[in-house]
Amino acid sequence: MKSAWRLTLALLIALTFAACKSTPETTEAPAEPTESKPPVVETKPAPNPSDFTDVRNFDNPESLLSKRVIYFDFDKSTVRAEYRGIVEAHAAYAASSGTARVTLEGHADERGTREYNLGLGERRGNAVSGLMSAQGARGSQLTVVSYGEERPTCRVSDEECWAMNRRVEIVYTAR
Amino acid sequence: MALLFSAATAQAQLQIEIIDGNPAALPIAVVPFEWQEAGAPPIETVDTIVANDLYRSGLFDPMAAEDMPDRPTDMESIRFGTWRLLKVDYIVIGKVRTPMDGQGHEIHYELFDVHKQERLLSRITTVGPGDLRFGAHRVADSIYEALTGVPGAFSTRIAYVTATGIGNGIQYELVVADADGFGPQSIVGSPEPLLSPSWTPDGRKLAYVSFEQGNSAIYLQDVATGARELISSGKGINGAPAFSPDGRKMALTLSRSGNPEIYIRDMATGRTQQITQHWAIDTEPAFSPDGRFVYFTSDRGGRPQIYRVPVGGGNPERVTLEGEYNARASISPDGRKIAVAQGRGNEYRIAVWDIESERFSILTPGRLDESPSFAPNGSMILYATREGGRGVLSAVSADGSVRTRLILSEGDVREPAWSPVIR
Repeated sequence: MKSAWRLTLALLIALTFAACKSTPETTEAPAEPTESKPPVVETKPAPNPSDFTDVRNFDNPESLLSKRVIYFDFDKSTVRAEYRGIVEAHAAYAASSGTARVTLEGHADERGTREYNLGLGERRGNAVSGLMSAQGARGSQLTVVSYGEERPTCRVSDEECWAMNRRVEIVYTAR
Repeated sequence: MALLFSAATAQAQLQIEIIDGNPAALPIAVVPFEWQEAGAPPIETVDTIVANDLYRSGLFDPMAAEDMPDRPTDMESIRFGTWRLLKVDYIVIGKVRTPMDGQGHEIHYELFDVHKQERLLSRITTVGPGDLRFGAHRVADSIYEALTGVPGAFSTRIAYVTATGIGNGIQYELVVADADGFGPQSIVGSPEPLLSPSWTPDGRKLAYVSFEQGNSAIYLQDVATGARELISSGKGINGAPAFSPDGRKMALTLSRSGNPEIYIRDMATGRTQQITQHWAIDTEPAFSPDGRFVYFTSDRGGRPQIYRVPVGGGNPERVTLEGEYNARASISPDGRKIAVAQGRGNEYRIAVWDIESERFSILTPGRLDESPSFAPNGSMILYATREGGRGVLSAVSADGSVRTRLILSEGDVREPAWSPVIR
């Protein structure tokens, strides 16, 4: 699945990034045998979790930028208060990065009809998109795609699983 | 009663089982047809297919061949008194032979009323080579019509979507099969979701929604040749295709304006006209059989309900007046009933709204029943349900008295669409 691929790719890039820039106590030393002076990057301080313009925060579990899924109530598309911070963080990053492009993938749980759920997924994507625009992201950076109930992350017919599936995934196609 | 008619051919993947039978089913004997062609008869005989069709309708209770006292092949050798004692009301006899030109098959058959000792039907159905099953379904169609007054729908087809595998290995197929589930053939496969198959009124093509390009797009595909054309792939949702009765127009859902609205596409010119205008979700259009109205799902009143609008646009009026969630209308061929997926709490059932009496009848037990699709003769409604964590197809008679289950050997089956009558 494309979105999963994208996520994996993003994760790999991010991991490579992280491996280069931080982690001072890893056994990297043999890889750079002749270099006598210490690499400058190692002295760089850890990213400030609330600096949403810092790309390193995508992989910093302390930062809201590392969270990229917004969950919704049944048949609703209102972004709940607890998720507003995440949306604002990504809006701030997008506003700071001219190259960032974001696809907001809207999803629904299996209850109800498939085509109506396509509409519902889109409405959820639009809600996140609208909030991000209001926070400074440019419209040209944001694309909404609805998958309705077609791409569940969880396949059990119960409340817990349905709650996991009612979501918008914030997917960066470019950072 | 839970008789199982299992697949007799290697390629058949579906099994059909009656879940709720009809105690008033008519006792009928379909006597094994005499095979007069050269070579051995097929394993699945014509009489077996006819008996299975009649049984599956729920309106008939065919006698097992091994219980029959004898196997007459003409009227003179039918011992009506014996059949009457066995409580058989109707008897069908027949033979299969090669036509004069040596091509295909001729099915000669007769239907009798055992009590009146009267011939009700005497016909010959001729089909081409390889179409013997189709011929048998045609025989069942005319027997069904002679005894119920309603044309049979056994010689029609069904389309549905299957999903097999999990995670990144998931594969979607759009499948076309005989109405009894036999001979399934995949007409398109994709690792991305497929949904909403919809037949053209001539039964030759299917429109459907595919995510193969990353976003929803509508395609129209010739079932026999596989040739297909892209109909719509604009920004946002491209969904829910449905054809007008004359096949000249397609209703569809597009969200290019920012939210889903119903549009009518002229199939000759490709021009589209928007016929709804509301910030709500408007989707799942279905034409009335007279072609004058488009029924659709809208949550403009807060929750999804069925509305209708004149095909040229205008003021939509709400149709379903009861229930908290009614969606995905399928209109009966006589235009009087609307089958919907009806939600109540976490239970989703197939319900039928009677337009004249303004009442719902709930036809299925739930819990996650959806995608109702009327048979072209209005007798049955095919729908998707979940059993044991996977999707299966079921059919329910329009009065709710009989339910049958179509079991696919593997995978998740959904989105059934019953074809029109193929002439």
